[in-house]
Amino acid sequence: MVIQTPNGFTLDNSGKRVVVDPVTRIEGHMRCEVNVDDDNMITNAVSTGTMWRGLEVILKGRDPRDAWAFTERICGVCTGTHALTSVRAVEDALGITIPDNANSIRNIMQLNLQIHDHVVHFYHLHALDWVNPINALKADPKATSELQQTVGPNHPLSSPGYFRDVQNRLKKFVESGQLGLFKNGYWDNPAYLLPPEADLMATTHYLEALDLQKEIVKVHTIFGGKNPHPNWLVGGVPCPINIDGTGAVGAINMERLNMVSSIIDKCIEFNKNVYLPDVKAIGGFYKNWLYGGGLSSKACLAYGDIPENANDFSPEQLHLPRGAIIDGDLSTVHDVDQRDPEQIQEYVDHSWYTYGEPGKGLHPWDGVTEAQYELGPNAKGTRTNIEELDEAAKYSWIKAPRWKGHAMEVGPLARYIVGYAKGHEEIKDQVDGLLRDMDLPLDAVFSTLGRTAARALESEYCGRLQKHFFDKLVRNCINGDTATANVEKWDPSTWPKEAKGVGATEAPRGALGHWVRIKDGRIENYQCVVPTTWNGSPRDTAGNIGAFEASLMYTKVERPEEPVEILRTLHSFDPCLACSTHVMSPDGDELANVKVR
Amino acid sequence: MSQIETFYEVMRSQGITRRSFMKYCSLTAAALGLGPAFVPKIAHAMETKPRTPVIWVHGLECTCCSESFIRSAHPLAKDVVLSMISLDYDDTLMAAAGHQAEAALEDTIQKYKGNYILAVEGNPPLNEDGMFCIVGGKPFVEQLRHAAKDAKAIISWGACASYGCVQAAKPNPTQATPVHKVITDKPIIKVPGCPPIAEVMTGVITYMLTFDRLPELDRQGRPKMFYSQRIHDKCYRRPHFDAGQFVEAWDDENAKKGYCLYKMGCKGPTTYNACSTVRWNEGVSFPIQSGHGCIGCSEDGFWDQGAFYDRVTDLTQFGVEANADQIGMAAAGVVGGGIALHAAVSALKSAQKKTQDKPASEEV
Repeated sequence: MVIQTPNGFTLDNSGKRVVVDPVTRIEGHMRCEVNVDDDNMITNAVSTGTMWRGLEVILKGRDPRDAWAFTERICGVCTGTHALTSVRAVEDALGITIPDNANSIRNIMQLNLQIHDHVVHFYHLHALDWVNPINALKADPKATSELQQTVGPNHPLSSPGYFRDVQNRLKKFVESGQLGLFKNGYWDNPAYLLPPEADLMATTHYLEALDLQKEIVKVHTIFGGKNPHPNWLVGGVPCPINIDGTGAVGAINMERLNMVSSIIDKCIEFNKNVYLPDVKAIGGFYKNWLYGGGLSSKACLAYGDIPENANDFSPEQLHLPRGAIIDGDLSTVHDVDQRDPEQIQEYVDHSWYTYGEPGKGLHPWDGVTEAQYELGPNAKGTRTNIEELDEAAKYSWIKAPRWKGHAMEVGPLARYIVGYAKGHEEIKDQVDGLLRDMDLPLDAVFSTLGRTAARALESEYCGRLQKHFFDKLVRNCINGDTATANVEKWDPSTWPKEAKGVGATEAPRGALGHWVRIKDGRIENYQCVVPTTWNGSPRDTAGNIGAFEASLMYTKVERPEEPVEILRTLHSFDPCLACSTHVMSPDGDELANVKVR
Repeated sequence: MSQIETFYEVMRSQGITRRSFMKYCSLTAAALGLGPAFVPKIAHAMETKPRTPVIWVHGLECTCCSESFIRSAHPLAKDVVLSMISLDYDDTLMAAAGHQAEAALEDTIQKYKGNYILAVEGNPPLNEDGMFCIVGGKPFVEQLRHAAKDAKAIISWGACASYGCVQAAKPNPTQATPVHKVITDKPIIKVPGCPPIAEVMTGVITYMLTFDRLPELDRQGRPKMFYSQRIHDKCYRRPHFDAGQFVEAWDDENAKKGYCLYKMGCKGPTTYNACSTVRWNEGVSFPIQSGHGCIGCSEDGFWDQGAFYDRVTDLTQFGVEANADQIGMAAAGVVGGGIALHAAVSALKSAQKKTQDKPASEEV
């Protein structure tokens, strides 16, 4: 059957059906089904969130000052970003302002997460889609060293001996016959195009990045006590600053600041000498693989983040841009208002929930969720052994959020497209520079590779911003301001009887919003709409497909039974399923009764 | 198939000499209560033993345990994965997906029946026929049972697998269930925490490889070496608790001086974990050091023990809070008071948690 979607895609589910479940190297659980035609081109795509945890109903009736800890556990990969969004939502509801230092420290932590997340994503979740570690065994270490010195001349680890050692270790590993994580990979698939030397260089960096990422997060450990899941505080940050006085062991002092500073420098160095050069080098071999643009050339959404000054979220004060682009019109960037009930709405006609009546969209402040797990009439298999889903019916634990009715892409590429369209100077310079270096037209950004490249550029930009806010923090301390928390409204007796608020951030994977209603000092309703809810959304009532689905369309797959190309494009979004599928209702109590039917 | 990289080779490649290796074998023999005659046997086993296969499955979770695991500094995560174990299935990190991923799982189960370790991150939901967590089109609980059947032992990573964690907090809408309530016929090592400390995770694994046995467990099934003391027992702020010096409000002068966070709701006095000894991320800090109280994330049901900023102990039942307030008001480290307090708190040692459960509006 051929269907034309309102957002411009032609779906044909008549060809061979290919199922990928589990989709691996993502956070959480996901399934993907596609149809391919006789030329192995994808003609229909179905993305399904396959887990659901129900955190918001659990939040109901709790102390709003505790909500950050619950929501932080939505995701341990983008750890901290839900907590930040949560404290912002509660502060917004209760009219709490935070001190300048708290703003700087929160920004440093959020930027630190962006860099950590982007690096881990590229090397540990995404690289194996492009890099063949088995092929690296054929590399000449000397030639690899030359390649390294060409693409990243300032990286200190570049000698032939160094690469030979890594290669030997890899060889031993492979020859042991216990391939571990590389077992059953698609290593003889013709979709892998790198020469052995590039494979060895990138595999080596896979290991280097694994070592580095544990260093990056120490910024969270200093300010938040641990990582994953550092501690946060409504009204500021929990760590005090004590530069001169006694007992400074527990507080931010010169030694702690020096450690933060050295880590910030490490991030900047790695981005400059390894991450960006790798993306350019690997990308150079895949320049003709320009699939996967999906919604990026049509509809992008960003909430913006990293406020220069505390408590000021106006668009011109945000270092990461805010705005929406629709209908592929880059000349107009629309402003985004998370409070407007007409702008953001969620639909559930193709999700395993019900609103009681079909076709309805609800703003998160008024969100309702009642689980309704059922397979459509054309699904194959059984209720507990799904062979094929029926996308004409309900088929995912993810809801379908829409901005003014449009399915939107969010994430680093969406941020960069919005920033580029707005004339954001740093972003424009970075994008133009990269395209020039790689000799590619602007249109090339609307692709799987564009998504991957935008993430690397953003990591570099976030490195610089991290330094900016570190300097700002130190300057403030020099000027004698060491406040990190505002406790005026800590006591619930100072709160209004009823309040509602919104918190928004740019999580590594895209626009993230929390909506909270507080009544009598307790959470009355809590809703999250997260990046992978946007990107991984199923079809909506009107039939618009979501960003994952759109991005897979018209891609040629070399061997349909080996999902290399599907993984490439899905991974380019850095899917986070635990985030996307937890959404719960204010009427959660009923949900406890939904259970076993 | 050519030579297998053995445990011995791994140790050698990490700079351990033959002499040290033999010494290590003697110590192992002694630790196991075996005579010197067994030393060559142990050495032989170490020299020829292939890497232990590990299957790492994921239920309802947030992946913070995997993230923590890769933060390990000693040993480095890359050394664990390349040289110590064979991580044959882990949907978060493995190259293969879909059918090929499932085939890797089956292959490992068949080939290493009874000899692989099953590591579980997250837990199975039992409502909706288990379909709140689907893997390969089927309920996760089926994958869990299937992989557990032939496992040598199971490690329950983190609060989710050990106790249920956040999705099992009231009212637990998906009926998220800890592993030991679903798998009842296998040895299970609980490594709680949200997440557990990286070096605790790799410490448990390397202990099992090194000593070829399960670590000694407490009554709850946790390794004693990491979970037998409360955060409070070894907290570097403990002298301030004993001296009655408390943080009274966030960012106050006492907070800057690093006083005790007990009055800010710190759950250190009732939480068993290694945070105040091993600390986090290569010993950089731990929650209390960075100014926030412990939220008790390695304790069973910590989400439902009252608000995080409520004080730990019941005023009327234990009298600790009264002491803390009085001493706090006296504002000096009266030694006698400190000792009295000590005693009061020590009396709680193995006692159950008791959290004030007042409405938020009445507290602070």
